[in-house]
Amino acid sequence: MSLLKEPDLGTPAKPGPATVTVEVDGHPVAVPEGTSVMRAAALSGIDIPKLCATDSLEAFGSCRLCLVEIDGRRGTPASCTTPVAEGMKVTTQSPKLEKLRQGVMELYISDHPLDCLTCSANGDCELQDMSGVVGLRQVRYGYDGANHLDEKTDSSNPYFDFEASKCIACSRCVRACGEVQGTFALTIEGRGFGSKVSAGGTDFMSSECVSCGACVQACPTATLQEKSVVQLGMPTRSVVTTCAYCGVGCSFKAELRGAELVRMVPYKDGGANEGHSCVKGRFAFGYATHPDRVLTPMVRESITDEWRPVDWETAISHTASRLKDIQARHGVGAIGGITSSRTTNEEVYVVQKMIRAAFGNNNVDTCARVCHSPTGYGLKQTFGTSAGTQDFRSVAQSDVIMVIGANPTDGHPVFASRMKRRLREGAKLIVVDPRRIDLVRSPHIEAEHHLQLAPGTNVAVVNAMAHVVLTEGLVDRSFVNERCEDFDGWAEFIARPENSPEAVEELTGVPAEELRAAARLFATGGNGAIYYGLGVTEHSQGSTMVMGMANLAMATGNIGREGVGVNPLRGQNNVQGSCDMGSFPHELPGYRHVSDDVVRGVFENMWGSTLLPEPGLRIPNMFDAAIEGTFRAIFVQGEDIAQSDPNTKHVHAALAAMELVVVQDLFLNETAKFAHVFLPGTSFLEKDGTFTNAERRINRVRPVMAPKTGKHEWEIVAEIAQAMGYPMRYDHPSQIMDEIAALTPTFAGVSFDKLDKLGSVQWPCNDNAPEGTPIMHMDGFVRGKGRFVQTPFVPTRERSTRKFPLILTTGRILSQYNVGAQTRRTGNVAWHPEDVLEIHPHDAEVRGINDGDEVTLASRVGATSLRAVFSDRMPVGVVYTTFHHPVTGANVVTTENSDWATNCPEYKVTAVQVGLKNPPAPADVASSENRLPAMAD
Amino acid sequence: MSTHTGLSPQVRLVNEIAVQFHHQAPEQAAAAIAEHIRAFWDPRMRAELLRRAEAEPDALDPLALAAARLL
Repeated sequence: MSLLKEPDLGTPAKPGPATVTVEVDGHPVAVPEGTSVMRAAALSGIDIPKLCATDSLEAFGSCRLCLVEIDGRRGTPASCTTPVAEGMKVTTQSPKLEKLRQGVMELYISDHPLDCLTCSANGDCELQDMSGVVGLRQVRYGYDGANHLDEKTDSSNPYFDFEASKCIACSRCVRACGEVQGTFALTIEGRGFGSKVSAGGTDFMSSECVSCGACVQACPTATLQEKSVVQLGMPTRSVVTTCAYCGVGCSFKAELRGAELVRMVPYKDGGANEGHSCVKGRFAFGYATHPDRVLTPMVRESITDEWRPVDWETAISHTASRLKDIQARHGVGAIGGITSSRTTNEEVYVVQKMIRAAFGNNNVDTCARVCHSPTGYGLKQTFGTSAGTQDFRSVAQSDVIMVIGANPTDGHPVFASRMKRRLREGAKLIVVDPRRIDLVRSPHIEAEHHLQLAPGTNVAVVNAMAHVVLTEGLVDRSFVNERCEDFDGWAEFIARPENSPEAVEELTGVPAEELRAAARLFATGGNGAIYYGLGVTEHSQGSTMVMGMANLAMATGNIGREGVGVNPLRGQNNVQGSCDMGSFPHELPGYRHVSDDVVRGVFENMWGSTLLPEPGLRIPNMFDAAIEGTFRAIFVQGEDIAQSDPNTKHVHAALAAMELVVVQDLFLNETAKFAHVFLPGTSFLEKDGTFTNAERRINRVRPVMAPKTGKHEWEIVAEIAQAMGYPMRYDHPSQIMDEIAALTPTFAGVSFDKLDKLGSVQWPCNDNAPEGTPIMHMDGFVRGKGRFVQTPFVPTRERSTRKFPLILTTGRILSQYNVGAQTRRTGNVAWHPEDVLEIHPHDAEVRGINDGDEVTLASRVGATSLRAVFSDRMPVGVVYTTFHHPVTGANVVTTENSDWATNCPEYKVTAVQVGLKNPPAPADVASSENRLPAMAD
Repeated sequence: MSTHTGLSPQVRLVNEIAVQFHHQAPEQAAAAIAEHIRAFWDPRMRAELLRRAEAEPDALDPLALAAARLL
């Protein structure tokens, strides 16, 4: 494909039917009310010259280039800020307009470097284009007057430069930072001729800038330009594909020059992101070509041996024979595998098929086990399907947004920008989180309520909210009566005094009156939407909490239309897809239990293999079984379990106990230290397939380059299965999707052809919904009636004690991604070179810890060390860290506690002690009687 | 194998499930726990649970023990 440039209609679309008809240069065009003259002209095929206008931003009217004449009106109004009116006759070209525009351009060009031929934006510069469009032939003022040509370039950002001498002060960057991203890091400093773009009076790197790239995207000149374009030149062709970071699943144009990837540009037609991006998707793709990548298969007999590079044939036959040998000696159930949420649906599907059909067991699990498995359980129990209810666009219709245990501005930044836009428009915000996340108070946004609960008390809080709704008569009775079941039993349970806000106040730390006010707001404030993350699921009652939120949504009638719903913010790009594809040990693709004879029969017919009707082992069960000696080999697709899973010591012991560990990954990660076979994987730039994002949107992942390893991952898996004696062959990943569609009712209408035609679809996509389902449960729940489930609060076993008096909770930050295997190999390390421990100054003071000190963090299962940073985001008694760097080993301290229903680890609650790593000498300690010993026993 | 709690994984896990059902009538709770285990546990885990229930019934929550006897 040549370089794809989406049309820019100048100003944003307005909703509604095209009821206003105008004439532009004699061409009639009908547009919705409120549409600008500029956009109407563009829709009629006439481009009006412009510089400060672009259709991702509201009209600004500053450049004066888009002037038009309108019959019956005086003067020459700006077409970007003038709305259409019925019968309006617009003239876009006339000698008068030509002269005016040339005059404007003369002024711009008189203060702009004339280095077009060597400029990095040559050929992609709107100023250059407009000079040609308006027919500028001379600059009468010369170039020697006062100008900005000596302005310094700010190169502080690792990914883009700010070349101020080329700035035309159109404010597009400033407005993009505010309107699109919602950060408001940029401003116009000074007045008149002294006006200039400023990152808050400092350089970009030191500013509030989050490096989302919206300003670079909006800039009409080379002022804000990707360093990669400066270095490599303008790209010449595009491939539209999908980001491989978080569960938002942004669409990007991968722009190349020859075979070299120059930049990733967010795609305006992407359903999930609609042209926006974050620092990871936009810029942090360098890991895909990082020299650390392993491109050759390797084997070794023992994990203490050196790796031995081999060819693919050897690696595949070796893997297959070792797996078969272990099964022969230890039984069919002695082996299994883990699928990855970073791989495509097609790659996940073939791994679970290999395990079920070639291994002959159901010992398949996925990394969703450690993040959103409670979502699958909880939403299936209550609504009937394991997925979020809304599309991302829905948030624009929300009136009350409740964010529970999620940090969207860091974890799901592109969706957060949508949410922030709605909040700036006036929607109310409730944040339920132990930590004061940025959303609680950020530019133009302030939460109505921040319920700063104690870690581990989610269920008590959601029950108390439901208690208020019920006992204060705020239940949506007509919705409940018509759409739900088991309400009466639930109502009797939730009305009990022990669920009242007052009863749980001491336990949760949430003032009863504040909780009551939040519950009333959610129930009565209009469309109420719940968005949640791992702060909900990664608890011993993660599944209970998901059901508790579903109860609250049903009780208030907030399901089944735009603006409402229960919405998991999925951590990884294809968590939803990996779950959909049958990665759980009890479910075949489409969330159908393996014990269902009819469903199993359909798969057996298609696969030509007998399938077991019993569930297999989950990931933590695999570890336990490995230590017990009944589980001897594991195939790990794209997951670093040695770093990401809790209780590292236990995981390492399990991996070390196995006879065969096969790792398929980009890098020799922590898990590979325990591996006997390393099968190099492909990055998202090499993959051909689909990802499914958190809104159930199936997006195409198109290959930007050929596999650097010589093979696609699905080919390798199919060849291992074949080498084990099970025939599995595909010529193209579209055939895999066709098989998925043939076997999975919710995917029945999905094909690569349809995705290429429509861009994306949201499942269910079948005869009932040929173009997909943006919002679920509209006319009825998937299970028929929505089911109220009683959700008693059961405190976690993990308690603070004299020995471990603090509670550790974990999270992630904007610039890094999960265990950091990708982002640590990009320029993003500039923002987060290490994990730190956020500790409240009071907790630090009593331990003699200063800001920046190296401290030891210990729990009952292990200890690690990292740097302490003072923060009052957490209440006293709670500390916080991230897990992006293996050297920190945050999971050394997390425990075996897990969600009762799904075994999702309880990452969010660990009793710990913190002390100075290098405590002062005893004499110094004695001088400070109030201080605790550095590492109290 | 046992964990730091001194319990086998199967006993620890079934007790964690059982406590979630304490609000229900015992028979109903035991049936629900048994159903959950049948739906989600690998057969070798169920076998080990039965063995533990036989060998060390006191280690199991009473509802968990009742559920084990329904498997």
